[in-house]
Amino acid sequence: MARSIKKGPYVDIKLEGKVLAINEGKGKRSVIKTWSRRSTITPDFVGHTFAVHNGNKFIPVYVTEFMVGHKLGEFAPTRNFKGHSGAKK
Amino acid sequence: MARIAGIDLPKNKRGEIGLTYIFGIGRSTAQYILTKAGIDFNKKVNEWNDDEQAAIRTIIGNEIKTEGALRSEVQMNIKRLLDIACYRGLRHRKGLPVRGQRTRTNSRTRKGKRKTVAGKKKAPKK
Repeated sequence: MARSIKKGPYVDIKLEGKVLAINEGKGKRSVIKTWSRRSTITPDFVGHTFAVHNGNKFIPVYVTEFMVGHKLGEFAPTRNFKGHSGAKK
Repeated sequence: MARIAGIDLPKNKRGEIGLTYIFGIGRSTAQYILTKAGIDFNKKVNEWNDDEQAAIRTIIGNEIKTEGALRSEVQMNIKRLLDIACYRGLRHRKGLPVRGQRTRTNSRTRKGKRKTVAGKKKAPKK
């Protein structure tokens, strides 16, 4: 079921604070490290680079305007399937 | 013979059903169109007179996205997912189900014909 519109998009409060601080010119740092895969990308995020944790390492995600409305976790895959074993030659 | 929204010409069917031959129109949309045009659902497609056909055409033309326009919209939406490389886009790219279905079995519609992977099976002998 989709989230209620009344609540608005979910964004981790700390993460949102960091983004807004950078947008206002305080604390110039390009990459924001985050574990908050569940945060929705809002228009404020556009143009930032996030290092999104995938359970193992941080995946750099450069946010474009087309990504608004998706969650950060959608851009950092947690599984890495390289094919079955024994399928050599 | 009715020719509506480009290339479609179903015949000898009830209007409600005949309209669903157009890509982008299902039963409920067809009923909405016919109600708005004031045509009985049970009237056959080849019984529509010119005025009724014109009414249907204007309703479809003004309010409903069909055929090529709709197909290209769907393609655009998929392309957007591919371009931003989100999870759904990756699933489209790999030809696997996009909405979280299981893939251990089934999902044959997306995956296509079975391709057997060599080197499986055979318990270790020793």
